[in-house]
Amino acid sequence: MKRTLYIGAVAAGMMTAGVAVAGTLEDVQAKGHVQCGVSTGLVGFAAADADGNWHGFDVAVCRAVAAAVIGDSQAVKFTPTTGKTRFTALSSGEIDMLARNTTWTYSRDVDLKLTFVGINYYDGQGFMVPAGLGVGSATDLDGATVCIQTGTTTELNLADFFRSNNISYEPVPIETNAEAQQQYLAGACDVYTTDRSGLAATRASFENPADHVILPEIISKEPLGPLVRHGDDHWADAVRWVLNALISAEELGITSGNLAEMAAGTNNPEINRLMGTEGDLGGMLGLDKEWAQRAIAAGGNYGEIFEAHIGESTAIGLARGLNAQWSDGGLIYSPPFR
Amino acid sequence: MAMTSEMTGDRFRLSMLIYDTRYRSQTIQVVAMIGFMLLAAWLITNTVQNLSALGKPIDFSFLGEPASYDINQRLLEYTSRDTHLRASVLGLINTLLVAAMGCVTATIVGGMVGILRLSRNWLISRLMAIYVEGFRNVPVLLWIILVMALMIESLPAPRAFRGENATASLQVFDSVAITNRGVYIPEPLFSRGLGDVSVFGAFSISLDLIVFLAVLGAGIWAAAWVRKRADRIQDSTGVRPVTWWQRIGLIVIPPVIVLTALGFQLGLPALKGFNFAGGIYMRNSLIALWLALSLYTAAFIAETVRGGILAISKGQTEAAAALGLRPRRIMGLVILPQALRVIIPPLISQYLNLTKNSSLAIAVGYMDITGTLGGITMNQTGRELECILLLMLCYLALSLGISAVLNWYNERVKLKER
Ligand SMILES: N[C@@H](CCC(=O)N[C@@H](CS)C(=O)NCC(=O)O)C(=O)O
Repeated sequence: MKRTLYIGAVAAGMMTAGVAVAGTLEDVQAKGHVQCGVSTGLVGFAAADADGNWHGFDVAVCRAVAAAVIGDSQAVKFTPTTGKTRFTALSSGEIDMLARNTTWTYSRDVDLKLTFVGINYYDGQGFMVPAGLGVGSATDLDGATVCIQTGTTTELNLADFFRSNNISYEPVPIETNAEAQQQYLAGACDVYTTDRSGLAATRASFENPADHVILPEIISKEPLGPLVRHGDDHWADAVRWVLNALISAEELGITSGNLAEMAAGTNNPEINRLMGTEGDLGGMLGLDKEWAQRAIAAGGNYGEIFEAHIGESTAIGLARGLNAQWSDGGLIYSPPFR
Repeated sequence: MAMTSEMTGDRFRLSMLIYDTRYRSQTIQVVAMIGFMLLAAWLITNTVQNLSALGKPIDFSFLGEPASYDINQRLLEYTSRDTHLRASVLGLINTLLVAAMGCVTATIVGGMVGILRLSRNWLISRLMAIYVEGFRNVPVLLWIILVMALMIESLPAPRAFRGENATASLQVFDSVAITNRGVYIPEPLFSRGLGDVSVFGAFSISLDLIVFLAVLGAGIWAAAWVRKRADRIQDSTGVRPVTWWQRIGLIVIPPVIVLTALGFQLGLPALKGFNFAGGIYMRNSLIALWLALSLYTAAFIAETVRGGILAISKGQTEAAAALGLRPRRIMGLVILPQALRVIIPPLISQYLNLTKNSSLAIAVGYMDITGTLGGITMNQTGRELECILLLMLCYLALSLGISAVLNWYNERVKLKER
């Protein structure tokens, strides 16, 4: 009797846990906002302004998802996460999705049970040093003190790079980008290493960006993208196809400017399917027909988001490079909407 | 007589477990115990089952995998190819190091502040009160970060020592470099050193150090023996032989001979590349953590010491003064030995607090066990539960160890009633 009761209790506990995991999309729609994990503050990618509004390249993905599934791009609550806390926050259900300069790796996907829904920035790890040091290459860094964000892939790449080049270094593990910046600027470390996009963004917030150089070496592949937990393919699909909608929109020439015109119907069937004027792609996702229109209206297509937050016209000044559309020689490529 | 036989003759009935006061309390305890164990069992099975449902069954084999990350402060040999287990051990040693340094400093500072706070000098006692209240009432994390920030922002970077017009220079006869990355102090080097011995192949210890410590220990022991002998002679003859030079000689001369034999010299820090090389490098993170933890805990210890002293009745002081003892001797010979009995038990918990507070280390990037096992290892392997369990076990063992040692000491100094 005790035993059956006890087994019953365990089963009930597991079932409630199972139910809670099953329907993130419904949960999100019911609570009326997307809980989105972002960085603690990296200008251009995710940073809060003086009024507490978040802006940035990663933030824009969260807003597009909220616009598509809830209908309001402002219906996002942001949870700042550090390199260390981000996966626990996602696995434990504290956040619905994570968009935080996070590299897609085998062990994160397979072992940590996370689902990367795509890649929104192809990056690589680099080094930044004060120009005054006169260092021209990362192999000149023997004996240098290196600031590094703990809990990141960059920490492991760094160890591998110095080991395989047979040079020594002194790692200074740091929790957030802001602290790393403080230590680096005060000269407590000679070098700051992280994703090159992150270096560019950090440098752009310095008083004299020109006094710092990013070394030419790229020591790793860092494909960054948004992710969700394993076990809820429906929600993963929703986030994945919102990202793909933003990418396809750029490829198809749909911008926030001509959205209304495109939504009125065109003679390109793929545009029509994306805009919901033909077929019912939204219904398959459990959304309405206009989901992709709202996602694009939130901040523009992929290219517009890129230009607005980190592109060449901004202080961060990143060129599209690998992140150009495949049709322009880059790697950004969305599967077809069909 | 008749009554008792009637009572024992009464047969045991089940309802007596509840209605009979002789059994009731036991019944309640047994039921509570069963309930508690069931709850614990349910929690554990539930966790284990949920974890395997998530595809993450409890598994400690990750400890044998290469850690792949580097640790800056290494008291044992370590490379990024070593295992997570070894990385954890290195972290544990770093925890022990900062805890030991912190406890010693906190005791010294706390003892002094506690006594000075009772000083009749108004300014001194006020200053001590300000120190105690200032440190006691601000979270230790803020002190750790403040000390670190002060070091980073106000001290010169190693670059400032370079070149023709260097803006910073070494201190103490050019032997100590104080930089914002930490302090470099001279290190002992031996030109005719004995090398290292390997312990179980896991780590190696310098033979020079062992020989030096052995000789020093023997000298101290011999000096103690000489002093005891002097005590005995004084007891029996009333005249105390002069032994201070013998004792100093016993302690100082053998180590000096050993050091010369081993070809002792000081290795001074010198600028090389990006950093200083040579010398012992005390990282800014170690210094910040150590200072903040010691000063914070010292404030609590000061209050314990003050309480202990105040607990000794004023009559003792007056009696000692009446015997003609000077204030300093009254403190050292009469008050403190008695106060110690009151001070030590709460002191133990201060040491435990300091050790546990050292887990804030990662705030300044000090790689203690929370930073290695509970930080990078946990993060890179995703084995949260396993790492946290191990971490709890480590701190538990550490705390129990500290308590055991201090309880033993407490037994020794405790008032022995005869
Ligand atoms: N891509 C790497 C590194 C990610 C990372 O931590 N990036 C830094 C700098 S690009 C960041 O986003 N910092 C913001 C913060 O500290 O919150 C990873 O996924 O492990």
